[in-house]
Amino acid sequence: MIDTENLTRKFGNITAVENLTLHVNEGEVFGFLGPNGAGKTTTVRMLCCLISKTSGKARIGDFTIDNEADCLKIRKMVGLLPENVGLYDSLSAYRNLDFYGELYEVPNDKRRENIERILRLLGIWERRGDAVGTFSKGTKQKIAIARALIHDPQVLFLDEPTANLDPEASKTVRDFILELKKEKRTIFLNTHNLDEAERLCDRIAILKTRLIVVDSPKNLERGIQPKTIVHLEKVNRAVMTAVKKLPTVKNIRTTGNKMILDVDDPEKENPKIVRAVVTAGGNIKFVTELRSTLEDVYLKLIKEAEER
Amino acid sequence: MRLWKSWKIAAKDFGIFRRKKILLFSLVALPLALSTGLPAIIWLLIIRRAIPPATIIALLNAFSFFFVILASIIPIGLASYSIVGEKVEKSLEPLLATPTTDDELLMGKNIAAFLPSIAATYAGAAIFMVLVDATTHIQLGYLFFPNWTMAVILLLVAPLACIFSIETNVIISSRVSDIRAAGQLGGLAIIPFGAIYVLAEARFITLNETNLLIISAVLFIADAVLFYLSRATFRREEILTKWK
Repeated sequence: MIDTENLTRKFGNITAVENLTLHVNEGEVFGFLGPNGAGKTTTVRMLCCLISKTSGKARIGDFTIDNEADCLKIRKMVGLLPENVGLYDSLSAYRNLDFYGELYEVPNDKRRENIERILRLLGIWERRGDAVGTFSKGTKQKIAIARALIHDPQVLFLDEPTANLDPEASKTVRDFILELKKEKRTIFLNTHNLDEAERLCDRIAILKTRLIVVDSPKNLERGIQPKTIVHLEKVNRAVMTAVKKLPTVKNIRTTGNKMILDVDDPEKENPKIVRAVVTAGGNIKFVTELRSTLEDVYLKLIKEAEER
Repeated sequence: MRLWKSWKIAAKDFGIFRRKKILLFSLVALPLALSTGLPAIIWLLIIRRAIPPATIIALLNAFSFFFVILASIIPIGLASYSIVGEKVEKSLEPLLATPTTDDELLMGKNIAAFLPSIAATYAGAAIFMVLVDATTHIQLGYLFFPNWTMAVILLLVAPLACIFSIETNVIISSRVSDIRAAGQLGGLAIIPFGAIYVLAEARFITLNETNLLIISAVLFIADAVLFYLSRATFRREEILTKWK
């Protein structure tokens, strides 16, 4: 649904996005992670035909971002939730959505139907006549999402949809994104929130001007060696020797009475490790597993990118 | 260009203007003050028998030009609010993300500032003309308005002055991020018309139909240049990457 090839954008001497090549499948929730200034918003703006590219190619569906005729079609088929909600505070929620529905060329009946359906789904239909300025940040964010959906877009770009929201509002927005995921829309999610990315995204790209990696959250987490930690009454040489003999244990180190073992599949290997330790006379207090989180992976990759 | 899209944008702005008391005030108070205040001055002079008919006519011709100045003052607030207001509410990005061309957006903003401004100018001028005729027809022996001078002022010079002010304010609004600053700088648009009035009062020029037509021609060229410049300023790329 979204394809880019060596997409690059420079602002004067500064390169915001460099040689970005990626493919986002139809119906996929695609997470776009990166620190501030990594080029996430610039990428979204290029893909939504809001700013031009410096070089490279990009397509949304059958349309390229190169010419104005295609750009009008792209803008019609995508919905954008920018970082700032950008609603008209003095107008009502309904009028805000109605205005955008008009600009997206949604027929009158369909527009009314869509506004009612989305506002009911978000639980704000009863307050549709209230000026947007009277709403909380969370409710404004919901209305902004409703605005991005008013024309039933095939592709949805969400730029930091839960930034600055309280936990309850964040959860509402996340739940709503999960609902959208069920509708098989293609969702391009820019976020700093790793937990959110992990929960919502089918695949995640990590960007720091250049694309660092694209993979599923599970595969990314596997990128850092999982560990089994054996808490013993006392670590002794016999136990160490027994564990070292296990072929699936890659590395062993000890801290105090803990043995930290690098193993690819802790769930599968732990019974063998326990058996070896007990056979060697070790007294196990308990065994824990240390799996890397998306945060570990993200921080590692970003650090490596900075060092390069 | 799809004018209906521009109209939708203008209609949205009208809805916002209606809720801003300061904008409503500028649309009502100034035209009302001019349309009633100027005839009141004439009336006071007449009842005190202070001026001869020739002076009344000279005064009325000078006062007529006030409606050109009015047409350049009223759009300042509207045009500034229409564009800087979008910046303040950070609503430009979602607006630019819609399948609307830059020209349609710019036209929408122009219509939003032009129609209320010219309507308020015309309403003020209509009240002014009725009150002046009621006040002066005995003294002059005929109805001073309507006349060709006022027709040229209202149908040519005032709309062109209004457009001049709007385009100036579009350009200024792209460079500032504060509505008040935009309004203050936008006041620059009045200077040429104030200068013409001063030159007329100092008898360097006469505001007759011929000179008004010449002023209109110059204004038309100035408007075309300013429109070209505002179009260059009002590009998605410029707005998102260079506007303050």
